[in-house]
Amino acid sequence: MRRNDTIRRPLEARKASPLLVSLSAVILGIVAGCFFILCIGKNPFIGFERILFGALSNVRRIGNTLGMSTQLILIGLSVAFAFKTGLFNIGASGQMLVGGLSGSILAFYLPMDMPRVIYLPIIIVASMAAGALWGFISGLLKAKFNVHEVVSTIMLNWIAYWITYDFIPRFIIDPTISVKSKPIEAVHTLRAAWLTDLTQFSTMNYGFFLAILMCVIVAFILNKTTLGFNLKAVGSNRFCAEYAGIKVNRSIIISMAIAGALAGLGGLTYFCGYSNIMEMGKMPNEGYDGIAVALLGNCSPIGIFFSAIFFGILKMGRGSLAATGIPTEIADTIIATIIYFTATNVILASFWTGIFRKSFHKKEEQAAAAMARNGDGRDISELDRKELNSLAREGKRLGRGKEEV
Amino acid sequence: MGFWNVITSIIPSAIAYTIPILMGALGGLYSERSGVTNLCIEGLMLFGVFSAAATIVKLQAIPGFSFVLAIVIGIAVAAAASMLLSLLHAFAAINLKANQVISGTAINMLSTAVSLFLAQTITGSGNITIVRGIIRQDVPLLSRIPVIGQLFFHSTYWTTWLCLLLWSGSWFLLYKTSFGLRLRACGEHPSAVASAGVSVHRMRYIGVLASGFFSGIGGACILVTYAGEYNAGSGINGLGFLAIAALIFGQWKPLGILGSTFFFGLCMTIANMGKVFPLFQGIPTGYLGMFPYVATLIALVFSSRRSAAPLASGEPF
Repeated sequence: MRRNDTIRRPLEARKASPLLVSLSAVILGIVAGCFFILCIGKNPFIGFERILFGALSNVRRIGNTLGMSTQLILIGLSVAFAFKTGLFNIGASGQMLVGGLSGSILAFYLPMDMPRVIYLPIIIVASMAAGALWGFISGLLKAKFNVHEVVSTIMLNWIAYWITYDFIPRFIIDPTISVKSKPIEAVHTLRAAWLTDLTQFSTMNYGFFLAILMCVIVAFILNKTTLGFNLKAVGSNRFCAEYAGIKVNRSIIISMAIAGALAGLGGLTYFCGYSNIMEMGKMPNEGYDGIAVALLGNCSPIGIFFSAIFFGILKMGRGSLAATGIPTEIADTIIATIIYFTATNVILASFWTGIFRKSFHKKEEQAAAAMARNGDGRDISELDRKELNSLAREGKRLGRGKEEV
Repeated sequence: MGFWNVITSIIPSAIAYTIPILMGALGGLYSERSGVTNLCIEGLMLFGVFSAAATIVKLQAIPGFSFVLAIVIGIAVAAAASMLLSLLHAFAAINLKANQVISGTAINMLSTAVSLFLAQTITGSGNITIVRGIIRQDVPLLSRIPVIGQLFFHSTYWTTWLCLLLWSGSWFLLYKTSFGLRLRACGEHPSAVASAGVSVHRMRYIGVLASGFFSGIGGACILVTYAGEYNAGSGINGLGFLAIAALIFGQWKPLGILGSTFFFGLCMTIANMGKVFPLFQGIPTGYLGMFPYVATLIALVFSSRRSAAPLASGEPF
C-alpha cells in the first residue's frame, strides 16, 4: 500500500461543489419559468426554443448576446468584488449611470479627429473614476458612519438618476427628441469597424475584451496581491482582520471604490458601446442583473464570465418571444428566481452533500462485502478512492448475484 | 402666495406621502424586531400596488359596482398578496437559513418581474390605471378647529386614518402585550425566547408576514391616494428603501418612525410639488427630485452611528 509522508486521511464523501449548486439554482429557476409560462397557458418548450433562437441563431445575434454580456460581466465583477469584502453593492445601476454619463459627455465634447489610441483610454479612465467616486461615497459612509451600504447605494442610485436627468438636457441633448441624448458617432464609441463587420452590425464592441481583461485583473488582485488578501480577510471576519492589523475601514472604502470603478466601466460599455444614447428618467436594469451574475458565478471571475453569458442569452433571446405571446418579462422572472435559490445555497449544498454521503455509505458497504469475500483483512479506511470504487463495483455484482441465486 | 398658503398646501400632501412610507417602515419594524432583516419592503409594496391596481380595475369595470367597495377589496387583496410574497422571504430566511440580504434582493426583483409579467398578461401593457381613487373628504367637526383643522383634518383620505389606527394598534401590540414582548425578544435574544418555551420560528414567521401585510397596505395606499396607476417603468421609485431608511432613522421604534417618515414625506412633497412654490421655482427639476434621497443619506449619517438595531436581526436561528 502506498503511504504518503503526511498522515493520510480516510476517504470521505464528496462535498457539493459551487458549480453544482449554481447549476441546481439555474435548473430550479428554469423550472419556475416553465411553471409561469404554463400558468398563462403557453408551451414552455416553445418559449425556451425561441429564447435560444433569438440569442444564438446567427453571427449577428451571437454578437448581440456577447455585447449584452459585456456589461453583465463587468457589473458581476463589481458586485463580486464588494462581496468578497463582505459588502453588498446593489448600487451598480447608479455607478453605471455616472460612468456612462461622464463617458457620453466626453464623447460629445472631445474633438472628432482625436486619435482613438488617446481617446479610448481617456473615456475609460473617466468612466471608471466617476464610478469609483460613487462607490467611494457609500464605502466612506459605511466605514465612518456605519450607514448600511444597501440603503446608501440605493439612495446614490436615485441621486445618479436625477443627476442624469439634469445633465442630459444641460450638456448632450438631442434637440429633435428632447428626452434623449444625441447619438454618439461610431468612432467615439467603443465599437470597432472590424468587429461590426465580423458580426454583421451587432452591438459587440471593444468592451467585451475590456471585460475579459478585467476578469483577469480582478482574479489577480484577489488571489495574488496583499490588497486582495486583506479585502478577503475583512470579508470573512471583520474583527479577526482588525486584530491582525488590517485597516478594516480603509479596506471597505477601497473595495467599494474598485467595485464602483468596475460598474462605471460597465456603464461606459453600455451607454457608449452597446448603445450610443442615454435616456432621461431611465434606470438601467443591468445593475440588478449583475447581482444575479455574481451570485450564480460564485463570485469567481471565471464563473462570472460564464454566468454573464448565460444571462446575456436570456436577456437577448427574450426579444424573440413576442410571436409566442409569452411576455418577455419571463426572463427577469427566471433571473430573480435564480437569485432566490442562490441565496439559499446553504440548503442546496447540504442537499447534494447529503446525497453524496448516502451513495458513499452504500459504496462502503458494497466494498466491505467484496473484501469479506476476498478475505482482504484491511480496514476500509485504508483504501484509496480507486480501490474503493473497484471493490464497490465488485461488491455490487456480488449483491446482484446473490439476489439472482 | 403667502406663507400660510404654502403650509396649508404642503402639509396635507406631505401626509399623503408619509402614510405609505409609514406602513412600509412599520412592516420593516415587525420583521426586524422579530430578528429577520427585511430589505424587500420595496418589492412587497410594489406588489401591493400591482395587486390592488389589478383588483380595482377589474371590479370598477363591473357596471354598478360600488367604487368605494372596490377600493376596500383592492386594499385587502393587496395586503393578502404581499403577505403571500413575504412568505417566500420568511421561508428562505427562517427555514433555509439563507443570506437575508440576498433573499430580500431576490424578492425585490421577483416582485418587479412577476408583477410586470402579470400586468402584461392582464392588460397587455406595463401600466394599469384605475378609474378613480379615493376622494378627499373633510373630517366632520374636527376640520372646523382653527389652524389644526385646516392642516390635518381638511380634505383627507380615509386610508390615512386607517393606517394611523394600524400604527397605534401596532404600538399597543408590540409594547403592551406579552405577544409583543416575545416578538421583540426574538430579535434581541432568540435563545432566551426558545428556552421560555416559545417557538422562535413561529414568532419570526409572524414578523415577516406582518411586514408583508403592512407593506401591501402601504402599496395600495400609494395607488388609491396620489398615484392612481401601477407603472412598471418607474415602480415606486425606491419608496420601500426610504421606508427602511426611515426605520433606521427612527431607531426601530414606532414613535420614531412616525417622526422620520413624516420628515421623508415632507421631502417627497418638496420634490414632487416644488415647482408650485415660488420659493423653489428657480431650482431645476433634477435637483428637486434628488432632494429626498440626499436628505435620507444625511439623516442616515447622523442616525446610524448610535444604531439601536435589534441585536439578532439578520441572524438565522
